[in-house]
Amino acid sequence: MNAALIIDITLWGSVLAVGYMAFRRGGAVLKSSLREGTLDFINIVPRIALGVIGSGYIAAVIPAEVITGWLGPNSGWLGVLTAVIAGAATPGGPVVGFSIGAVALKVGGGTPQVIAYVVAWALFAFQRLILWEIPFMPARFVWFRAAVSVPFPFLAAAIAMAIGKP
Amino acid sequence: MAEPPLKDPAPADDAGEAEPRPGRKRKPIGWSMLTIAVLVVVSAALVWRRDGIDGVLEILTHDLLLFGGILPRVLAGCLLGAFIAEILPHEKVSRSLGPESGLKGLLIGTAFGAILPGGPFTAYPVAAALLTVGADFGATIAMVVSWTLIGYGRAIAWELPIMGTDFTLWRIVISLPIPVLAGALGRFVFVRIYPKGAPE
Repeated sequence: MNAALIIDITLWGSVLAVGYMAFRRGGAVLKSSLREGTLDFINIVPRIALGVIGSGYIAAVIPAEVITGWLGPNSGWLGVLTAVIAGAATPGGPVVGFSIGAVALKVGGGTPQVIAYVVAWALFAFQRLILWEIPFMPARFVWFRAAVSVPFPFLAAAIAMAIGKP
Repeated sequence: MAEPPLKDPAPADDAGEAEPRPGRKRKPIGWSMLTIAVLVVVSAALVWRRDGIDGVLEILTHDLLLFGGILPRVLAGCLLGAFIAEILPHEKVSRSLGPESGLKGLLIGTAFGAILPGGPFTAYPVAAALLTVGADFGATIAMVVSWTLIGYGRAIAWELPIMGTDFTLWRIVISLPIPVLAGALGRFVFVRIYPKGAPE
């Protein structure tokens, strides 16, 4: 709760700060950006409603063991590849993604594999691309960004394997 | 048949939108939303068969609360993006985050993504605003990737409590070079796919 409060304060503080800067440019600037922002909001709410309210069901029918079973410490690069695919396919919000990662660690998943999983999930979880990125940004940019992100979970796993856990 | 296949005519979905509107174009509900909607309905049906109506309602209540909590933040993110698009000087942005901004542009994008407050509801509208005012794909990729991998918002709120401090810090340290590398790779690929600049 505390962290959430801090996030809300910084968030609305930033909104007020840039809003004030827009206001200094004149009432018309403030009005048009308020209008733009509100229209974006109205446009985006149904998508987010579907994503947030629906993702609980998708997460509920995907058993976590299926994902965690593939990430054992001796699974090597095949395990990393599986982790990347699992990360991309993981539905739901941060609770689901991190919980699966935590379970994988608890049941003996290898650190490089779990790092690959978390990084892949953060970079290009399919559901987030569709529900959050595409509504806000040009689709071409979203797919481009996802595509150039593909090597990096592997890189992160390689670094983790090379250095080993401290 | 030696004849080249006929090109499909371009879909005429722009025809109805002759009215020019200032600002960003808003997308209608598309196939991606329908895909998710179908997935959600199928999953909800599976939950209903497995856990009965109670299981369905339990998830619904939980997610409705979550949605209610997120909603004000989504509004804040949209306003933040709109204000930033309005107040950022275009020439300055395209100089410091544009295609010619070099490593410095990627580093600025990375730093910006790392300090940006809020969740996806801020990161994506702000990234869209940056693209609108002249940042290139590379710098925007660096910003989005930095937000998702080394931004503190998600790490503090979710990763730290769930994954533990050791794993989280370790994961972040390993991730440090990734935003700049992803942005650089983005630029490298971009100039080869679109040699004449972004199509619009």
